[in-house]
Amino acid sequence: MTAFSSFLFNYLNGVTANVYEPVSVATRAAEVWAHEPWLAIGWLALGMAVMLGFLVVIGMGLIYGERKIAGHFQCRLGPMRVGWHGLLQVIADTLKLLVKEDVVPAKADKVLHVLAPVLAIMATLLALAIVPATPWFQLIDVNIGVIYVTAVGSIGVLGVLIGGWSSNNKWSLLGAMRAGAQIISYEVSATLALLIIVLFAGSLQLSTIVESQADGWWIWRSHLAGIVAFFTFLIASTAELNRTPFDLPEGESELTAGFHTEYSGMRFAFFFLAEFINMFVASAIAATLFLGGWMPFQIAGLDGFNAVMQAIPPGVWFAVKTGGLIFLLMWFRWTFPRLRIDQLMGLEWKFLLPVGFVNLLFAAVLILMGWYFAPIPA
Amino acid sequence: MSVKVKTLDDLTLPPPGADSPLSTQEYFINMGPQHPATHGVLRLLLRLDGENVREVIPVLGYIHRGIEKIGENSSYRQTIHLVDRLDYLSALMNNWVVSMVVERAAGIETNDRIEYIRTIMAELQRLQSHTLWWGVIGMDLGAFTPFLYGFRDREYATDIFEETIGARLTMNYIQPGGLMNDIHPNFVKRTKEFLEYLKPKIDEYDELVSGNAIIQKRLVNIGILSAEDAISFGTTGPVLRASGVPYDLRKIEPYGVYGKVEFDVAVGQAGDSWDRYIVRVMEMRESVKIIEQLIDNIPEGDYMTVKVAKAIKPPEGRYYGHLETARGVIGCFIVSDGKDKPYRFHLRTPNFNNLWCLTKIAKGWKIADLVAIASSLDIVIPDIDR
Repeated sequence: MTAFSSFLFNYLNGVTANVYEPVSVATRAAEVWAHEPWLAIGWLALGMAVMLGFLVVIGMGLIYGERKIAGHFQCRLGPMRVGWHGLLQVIADTLKLLVKEDVVPAKADKVLHVLAPVLAIMATLLALAIVPATPWFQLIDVNIGVIYVTAVGSIGVLGVLIGGWSSNNKWSLLGAMRAGAQIISYEVSATLALLIIVLFAGSLQLSTIVESQADGWWIWRSHLAGIVAFFTFLIASTAELNRTPFDLPEGESELTAGFHTEYSGMRFAFFFLAEFINMFVASAIAATLFLGGWMPFQIAGLDGFNAVMQAIPPGVWFAVKTGGLIFLLMWFRWTFPRLRIDQLMGLEWKFLLPVGFVNLLFAAVLILMGWYFAPIPA
Repeated sequence: MSVKVKTLDDLTLPPPGADSPLSTQEYFINMGPQHPATHGVLRLLLRLDGENVREVIPVLGYIHRGIEKIGENSSYRQTIHLVDRLDYLSALMNNWVVSMVVERAAGIETNDRIEYIRTIMAELQRLQSHTLWWGVIGMDLGAFTPFLYGFRDREYATDIFEETIGARLTMNYIQPGGLMNDIHPNFVKRTKEFLEYLKPKIDEYDELVSGNAIIQKRLVNIGILSAEDAISFGTTGPVLRASGVPYDLRKIEPYGVYGKVEFDVAVGQAGDSWDRYIVRVMEMRESVKIIEQLIDNIPEGDYMTVKVAKAIKPPEGRYYGHLETARGVIGCFIVSDGKDKPYRFHLRTPNFNNLWCLTKIAKGWKIADLVAIASSLDIVIPDIDR
């Protein structure tokens, strides 16, 4: 139990003295694997359990938040009946979805139809695993973090595409084809935007990227390049998430429900949950790369201010940044109408992509010349 | 001259790549009878090439209730209750057109008070209908919030109707020889409050939807209906006026007290979806103007000029009358054989013609545009099938 007590010590120490030593759960397990294999397995099991709990809590929290926020945007209250201010509504809905009949259309490709929601939720779970929520809580800290995020993100497209195609419904197929075209296109822009931060931080590892922002977040420190990249990433990830104004794959007023028209019960819930968790992951990645992750807000020279900021635990910093971005995405959704498919593709290939490339070149010049604010810590 | 009517069985698909550089396969898809974008049980059979609409074939009859036939077996007062169910968002105007024809046929006189109240009610209903439409076009374009904003503002007018009429949707209010009952004592006050409430809301509509870049991208220059086409399809109402034809029965053949009020006829230029949108928003402002001029000047008088118990028996003959609903011209044709029931009861409803221009203007656009164009036509399905 020494490892656990030292973890606890580190945790408490981290909160009080703000000395962080980022160690992921996987690293802890690897450290003790040789002499205490059971403890290693315990760490992994704990990590997985926490991750599952995290998934459910975030999913439910976001669904409740979205419904409440949408309600208040629309001059109504949102869920109010089940529990205090409708807090138990999501649980009631989940129970309803669990006991619902699970319909697979007669002429659907059954294997793929069942596989699709699993793929969709798996992709989000994999991405969730590397989100550095706080210095002491990250399930696995792979050294190619940024590439990993974009790679597992692509598996989600596969789920949507297979789900729509295997349903044997023309509306689903239309939705799936839209999703395929849209997500693959916008992934290019999103990756270009992430690459800029990789250039600045000099690392693909998410924990290193966070640490590189101790002197200031990349969105400020990189002159214009960071801000442009941030907005490019925000737009591109909104499109990747299939959220309004880019919710064409669902497009409920055009395609009834798009790719998940034929899904019901728990399979539908999987798609639904995956969408919300994806929103969290995208916001978390944006917060980590551009807004310093769990790093507090610091202004050079103002020591008193900095001390106050450092007293706020890193988990709160991370939650506030991510939550702010999630709120922004919800705000988009409940304000904007939907684009048309050709306008959507035009926006990506004629506007975002050129801007992304020019921005990447600009960022490369900045780094070569050393023109950004404050040097990268060695 | 013979016209070859195409049946659904005649439809065949061309071979892949027939009129496209890419080797694509065209396919049919049913939009409706149950589909969120058709707002009712309308079935559109689409021939698509990928996302592109090659052909739109409306298939009707899913909500045919035989209102005209039932009308032949009902007394003139009973038909009023039937026509509420045509275009339920213009129920009062539908009541009015039947009352108008019956009054003309039977020589029933009405007084000024009745005509004032009818006109105010009709304009209130136009506002109610247009606020709902404004919400629905937002929803069809993917923004859900305007839908609830539209419903919120419509609710205010609906409450006013409920207070006086007792109903919120199927009004049964205007009847031959007057009104079902007098206006509620609160009616004038609450209507004025509603107008004061609505005026800033219409500006809010402009801020939230009209000025939105995505909305403009989705509407401007899309689904252009030329003035010639609009006339030859027989479209009326905002759809026709958006194409640049200033045809408004309230101006051309003033009925009620429209002759006494100042208002402008909103006219578009290009006839695209955007014009159809903005013409309706302009009409909302004109309706507010009309009600403001009338609401303080409702004269004293009776709300009925004939006894309800007395059966109406117009002399033998053919009678026609029409007026402007929120969607266009509704015409009512009655053949009387001198009995208390019409020999023939026919309605010319605006939505049937307005729908049919979709077959021309939606061709070549994407599915998403088809939804936007259909929404800009503001179709109410029960009015098409009757």
